Amino acid sequence: MIPVLAQTGFEQIWDWEVAWDFLPIVARGMFLVTLPATFLGITIAVILGLFLSLLRRSPIRPIRWVTGFVVEFVRSTPLLVQLFFLFYVLPNFGVRMSAFTTLVVGLAVHYGAYTSESYRAGIESVAKGQWEASVALNLSTATKWGRVILPQAIPTVIPALGNYLVAMVKDAPLGVSIGVIGVLGAAVAEASQNFRFVEAYTLVGMLFLAVSIPLAIFARYLETRYGYERT
Amino acid sequence: MLTWNQFSRIALDGGAITISVFVGAAVLGTALALFFGIMGLSTSQLLRRISRVYVEVTRGASAIVLLFFVAFAVPRLLGFRTADVTITLFGNDVGYLFVAGVVALGLNMGGYGAEVVRGGIQSIPRGQTEASISLSLTTGQRLRHVILPQAVMTMLPPYGNLNIEVMKGTALVSLIALADMTFLASNLRNRRILLDDPPETVVIFGVTLILYFIISQAIALFYRGLERRLGGRWFGGGR
Repeated sequence: MIPVLAQTGFEQIWDWEVAWDFLPIVARGMFLVTLPATFLGITIAVILGLFLSLLRRSPIRPIRWVTGFVVEFVRSTPLLVQLFFLFYVLPNFGVRMSAFTTLVVGLAVHYGAYTSESYRAGIESVAKGQWEASVALNLSTATKWGRVILPQAIPTVIPALGNYLVAMVKDAPLGVSIGVIGVLGAAVAEASQNFRFVEAYTLVGMLFLAVSIPLAIFARYLETRYGYERT
Repeated sequence: MLTWNQFSRIALDGGAITISVFVGAAVLGTALALFFGIMGLSTSQLLRRISRVYVEVTRGASAIVLLFFVAFAVPRLLGFRTADVTITLFGNDVGYLFVAGVVALGLNMGGYGAEVVRGGIQSIPRGQTEASISLSLTTGQRLRHVILPQAVMTMLPPYGNLNIEVMKGTALVSLIALADMTFLASNLRNRRILLDDPPETVVIFGVTLILYFIISQAIALFYRGLERRLGGRWFGGGR
């Protein structure tokens, strides 16, 4: 038994039996819904971010401006409102997505905007001589980017991408707002049936620590592995 | 379209709550960040460990989970009734939910901010600390007059970004039914559906997104201005 911190009338604050019953339910939400949404989201975000960062270097000025504005807009508005926008507005235009898909798309777009900034920094960190050499060797645009610039830019971006993975895990429970029954959705549903809020939300917090601390260690590993690749 | 009343309900009433939660969380978060950031550089291993645990827990547990925990679990743990807490803000009783929003977001910001403070202090050359010790300044004087004023310059840009993140994070309080911009926007949508009006979600959520965008840009502008001013003050204008 853990010490009872305070007594609200007749019931116990912490009931191990209740917590034990909750555990499989919230764990299922975490490992079958929240984490898959995160991994799908980061995969798309990583590709989308690269694409956006290339668009921001487009030779056509309006494309650069529009991409730049979209990235800035997405980065400075809350993910929660963006999810509402995707979930409630897009059906008016014939795009119908399930709550889970909306969550994945929302995470991908939000973090795609963030990763595009990291890619941009990575691309800009490639030494000027490399660009000049590509021109001097008369490489095609595809060869220049595919064989010279990106292979040097991407390793410097990997640590940042790892950090965004960690951040995204913590944003994934926002799906509860549009009805995704992930780790938080399961806890809310269970707790509101028997009012065991303490057990439910403590377990969710613990689960998050159990997932996000190893991921943070992984991100730190990426940093030591790729962080000092080039000097 | 939005009538003026509907717009002002979201932008002014909701905006007042959004900004109040942000300011409250930023004040609490900054205090916690300084406290635990400095503690993380203490010579005592115990204090460093405590700071580490605080940082890992408040960052690792995710803002939204912290918020739900503070809003729904903490009153039970401490054994008080949320209805007994009355706080009036702009003529509305926002009650315990407001406190929960400020505390949860403040704790979360403190975790990230402590790392910013630690990084800023560590960026100051050791010679500054050594010089302060040789001038026999106390630890407090050293921090207050030598280290922190210089560290502020490296801390400001990430601190400004953190402020924007916290402001965006305030949208979460709508999920515990605190009437901020996001809450009032989805409220308006629900009401229109209930009344069989066309909900026009594009307008409602489009306007809400633009409002958040404006606040973010204002915060960014504020910190850019601050950087420019402080840059002149501590480095003789050169930087």
